[in-house]
Amino acid sequence: MLRFIKRDEISKGKSTIIRIFSVILALFVFSIVFILMNKNPIDIYASMLNGAFGSSYSIRETIKLAIPLCIAALGVGVAFKMHFWNIGAEGQILMGAFAASVFALKFPEMPRPALLLIMMLAGIIGGSLWALIPAVFKAKWGTNETIVTLMMNYVAIKWIVFLQHGPLKDPNAKGFAKIANFTDNAILPEIFKVHIGWIFTLVLVLFIFIFMNYTKTGYEIAVLGESEKTALYSGVNIKKTIIISILLSGGLCGLVGMIQASGISNTLVESVSGGVGYTAIIVAWLGYLSAPVILVVSVLFAALQQGGSFIQTSYGIPGATALILQSMILFFVLGSEFFIRFKVSKKVGDAK
Amino acid sequence: MSTVPHISMKGITKVFGKVVANNNINLEINSGEIHALLGENGAGKSTLMNILSGIYIPDRGSIFVSGKEVKFSAPKDAIKAKIGMIHQHFKLVEVMTSLENIMIGQKTGFFINKNNVIKDITGLSDKYGLEVDVNKRVYDMTVGEKQILEILKVMYRGAKILVLDEPTTVFTPQETKKLFKIINKMKEQGCAIIFISHKMDEVMEISDKITVLRKGETIITLDKSDTSPQKLAELMVGHPVDLSIKRVKFESAENILEVKNLKVLDEEGIERLKKICFTIGAGEILGMAGIVNSGQRELCESLIGMQSVKEGEINFQGENIVGKNTREIIKKGISMSFIPEDRLGMGLVSSMDMVDNLMLKEYQCQKGLFIDKKPAVSRAIEIIEKLEIKTPGIYYPIKNLSGGNIQKILLGRELAAKPKLLIMAYPVRGLDINTCYTIYDLINQQKAKGVGVLFIGEDLDVLIQLCDRVMVICGGEITGILQGEDATKEEIGLLMTGHKNNLQENRRESEC
Amino acid sequence: MNGMTTFLAAAIVAGTPLLFATLGEILIERAGNLNLGVEGMMLMGAVIGFLVGLSTENVFAALLGAMVAGAFGGLIFAFLTISLRANQVVTGLALATFGSGFSTLIGKQLVGQTAPAAVKSFFRPYSIPLISDIPVIGPIFFKHDAFVYLGYTLAVIIGIYLYNTSKGLNLRAIGENPGCADAASINITLYKYVHILIGGALCGLGGAYLSLVYIPNWQENVVAGRGWIAIALVIFSAWNPYKAILGAFLFGGLDIIGFRLQSAGIHVVSQYLVDMLPYLVTIGILVIVSMKKSKRNAPPKNLGTPYFREDR
Repeated sequence: MLRFIKRDEISKGKSTIIRIFSVILALFVFSIVFILMNKNPIDIYASMLNGAFGSSYSIRETIKLAIPLCIAALGVGVAFKMHFWNIGAEGQILMGAFAASVFALKFPEMPRPALLLIMMLAGIIGGSLWALIPAVFKAKWGTNETIVTLMMNYVAIKWIVFLQHGPLKDPNAKGFAKIANFTDNAILPEIFKVHIGWIFTLVLVLFIFIFMNYTKTGYEIAVLGESEKTALYSGVNIKKTIIISILLSGGLCGLVGMIQASGISNTLVESVSGGVGYTAIIVAWLGYLSAPVILVVSVLFAALQQGGSFIQTSYGIPGATALILQSMILFFVLGSEFFIRFKVSKKVGDAK
Repeated sequence: MSTVPHISMKGITKVFGKVVANNNINLEINSGEIHALLGENGAGKSTLMNILSGIYIPDRGSIFVSGKEVKFSAPKDAIKAKIGMIHQHFKLVEVMTSLENIMIGQKTGFFINKNNVIKDITGLSDKYGLEVDVNKRVYDMTVGEKQILEILKVMYRGAKILVLDEPTTVFTPQETKKLFKIINKMKEQGCAIIFISHKMDEVMEISDKITVLRKGETIITLDKSDTSPQKLAELMVGHPVDLSIKRVKFESAENILEVKNLKVLDEEGIERLKKICFTIGAGEILGMAGIVNSGQRELCESLIGMQSVKEGEINFQGENIVGKNTREIIKKGISMSFIPEDRLGMGLVSSMDMVDNLMLKEYQCQKGLFIDKKPAVSRAIEIIEKLEIKTPGIYYPIKNLSGGNIQKILLGRELAAKPKLLIMAYPVRGLDINTCYTIYDLINQQKAKGVGVLFIGEDLDVLIQLCDRVMVICGGEITGILQGEDATKEEIGLLMTGHKNNLQENRRESEC
Repeated sequence: MNGMTTFLAAAIVAGTPLLFATLGEILIERAGNLNLGVEGMMLMGAVIGFLVGLSTENVFAALLGAMVAGAFGGLIFAFLTISLRANQVVTGLALATFGSGFSTLIGKQLVGQTAPAAVKSFFRPYSIPLISDIPVIGPIFFKHDAFVYLGYTLAVIIGIYLYNTSKGLNLRAIGENPGCADAASINITLYKYVHILIGGALCGLGGAYLSLVYIPNWQENVVAGRGWIAIALVIFSAWNPYKAILGAFLFGGLDIIGFRLQSAGIHVVSQYLVDMLPYLVTIGILVIVSMKKSKRNAPPKNLGTPYFREDR
């Protein structure tokens, strides 16, 4: 009879191997879908890799996908560390984009550096405030943040749609309900032909890493995440810590909104976030809430997505494939945690 | 008339990871017998009984019921064999009534038929003297009522062999007497009762036979008449034990702590502390006894600034600290150390290692935004040596350590802060005897240094021996303060249940 | 008054998919599991139900397909969180993502198609004789399609199950204190799996109602966030199936009010802002419920924590 016993400890190397193995297993199982479509899975995976990293163009596209994912995942990770289940990244991105866009549209002729700086600040503040609302509810009344942050996502989307049809509607758009494009002053400059969001990303990864592991507030967030009682006991100012971490979490997502609106879509649309807010949650989880790992996972997921769109055109495989593959990888990694925490053994003397 | 089967456990072995909880244990239980299972914490008593009640499956060994071998793969098999276990931590659904709790898992037909069940419950109630209100919800019950409900639950399922796991841990002496009366009545009816305990005097009072376990092995099975508490203690520990706690002489000194008219309300506005007054002198150990939820937690948390205070004063070395929160108190250098009841849930962060845990309070006194872990690292090494802590390393997550070692880490951290006032809530709960006495010695050392100690405990013998005075709290009020040397358990027990000032002569009352 | 009656009747219809999903999640949460993947299970049920309905033109096959699809989603969740002890919140989110991709993928071929005539006619409104003639109440509640009636019936059945049967009592015990249920020799794993599967099937049915009857074409995001609202509705109805009926229909009304006002020519506020109502009201309700904090309306005590007997 198979029995499962809790492991005392497991080496980091062993657990990483188990996780990588589960990712490979997910890819393997998923290839069954390709086989059912009468296509060779190896060709397809190779093609995906090619589509993601095969040319300098594709590398740049992959990076452009990784940037918002990484920064949003960092934001989500900070909140998650405190056991504040911030599912509202999507909405925070949107509201950050909205706030930044207001300035882009109102001051189109402002000198570029100044405008961009203001837009960044606006984006951060927009995202933070949007995240602050559910945080206050949680802090005051213990309201379940999972659903409130989620509902805020929908409110944010509807808000942008409203703007598109109403106050911010572009009179030059010939009847289409859309918002005007930004002027060049509101668009992020590029270095190596990718908007400078990539520099932000690297800086933020370093910043969050130091913040969470070496500062007092980072320590307090970890303590608070473990147990509110322990935080009270050691004198942590709980309300202040919640607010700081949520502002940081929402602010990072808001910044993503600004980056995407300015650097990618060059305007405000309800698809400016494109589901990044939800994928970021998966990335944060798979990244074990650790900044450097989140960076790696973001690049991998971006590659998945980029490769996914590549094979969409060349093999006719629908884009939703990437979504399913992402969730399957997550399923397998979640399942693999079991084998990391427990080992299988056959016990003596209990044959039934 | 159903007979009570004879239970026999032979060669039982159970291993958890690296820990051998039970090693080749033998046990025989007869009907109409009260059999005590005595041993220290960690000796394997609960594990053995969990095996008997089908919760754990033994790795080796067999169980015989009435001479026939049986295999219990789940609790329901044990229940079929008429074995019922009453756990130390009650397994009751708080929001449901007594009736519903009894009906859980029962086959009372597809639709719930209350009347039949009530009839059966009433029958059992009368037969064994178990009073219960079938419509009362568990969250409204006292500890005693909950235990009676647990007993009724197993009796309803036809149990004739009862296993009671440390049933009197949170009882007053009076409630304990009540329980013993019920147990004796069951014995008269022919039931067998297995009574797990580490309290030798209770075991001596109630049992017929005593089996002593030590480090997972059966040491011996005795008739009560053949032994004494001293002998039992020796058997439990493996060497002669000095059961007495040294009392270090206390000479009256200035007060470290003065609490005046302290009133505390909970979130719903209910008074949890009703005008409490007491003092602790430098170098004095003040014990606190009381049934669970009498206000002990609120008092401790008020003292360290975790709990807001409605009225009153808390004077620490003359300064009133009411209104200051925990951080302000720590930063002011007011050295108060608190060892909470909830070790891993409050006093320590279980997923962190020892170094990070040692930082828990003092990191705030470091300047700047960053944390410097170097002082904690050297302190960790110091504490491991001084308190003989067994751990694979200072960076090992502490949740995997044993209860005793965890408590030592907590103590080490708090004592390293060189406090003037030491507040301890149930510091020796769940620890083996050696560690307990180590901790008593540590407390006496602090006392000799002039530290004031507030010691909240549940073992009245320890309180009487260790403390200079014993304060009793009941329902948020101090019902009495007795001198340690003169106090008796009966007196404390009465005060715990609310009898105030019954015994007048030479007793100092609360000092308001 | 007629406009109001029509509106209320439409609210009932709009609330029906919510009701199914809420009932499903109530069963799942009563067993102690917080499954955030309701949206995913609804989407899976919607697409498979539509696919089967389109190809077989058989109503019962379509519904069965939807139930199986929803239950399959539930099975993934159950296996990961019960047998492999994975974190429930993240697993549920992964399921929602999976369901979304799954339904988009399979639905690619179905975009723009309409539910077959056989299905449509089966679910045409049917007035229950006599009762539907009662003024006001009749037209609002009793002139609907079979799915709606099924919804009412299920809610009552589940209510009776939870509060009046011994199995329902056991289920509640598992959600509150699994240690207690285990000691009472209830097979916790079995109960959890069964109720998660049934709950998933109900969610699948809710999705199928949307794709087969309510819309009834196939569009990519046919569930449009209702799964998430259902999760909030579970809290709103305090895990009580009878109260769920009220909640579902309330939200059904909020769902359609924006469109109704627009078509009635009432332009006080932009339709797009009114569209926010269901979500804002959900937030409001959650806040109010958490402010009240009563013991009777509290969630099952062990919601979200896995149970493991030999935990030391």
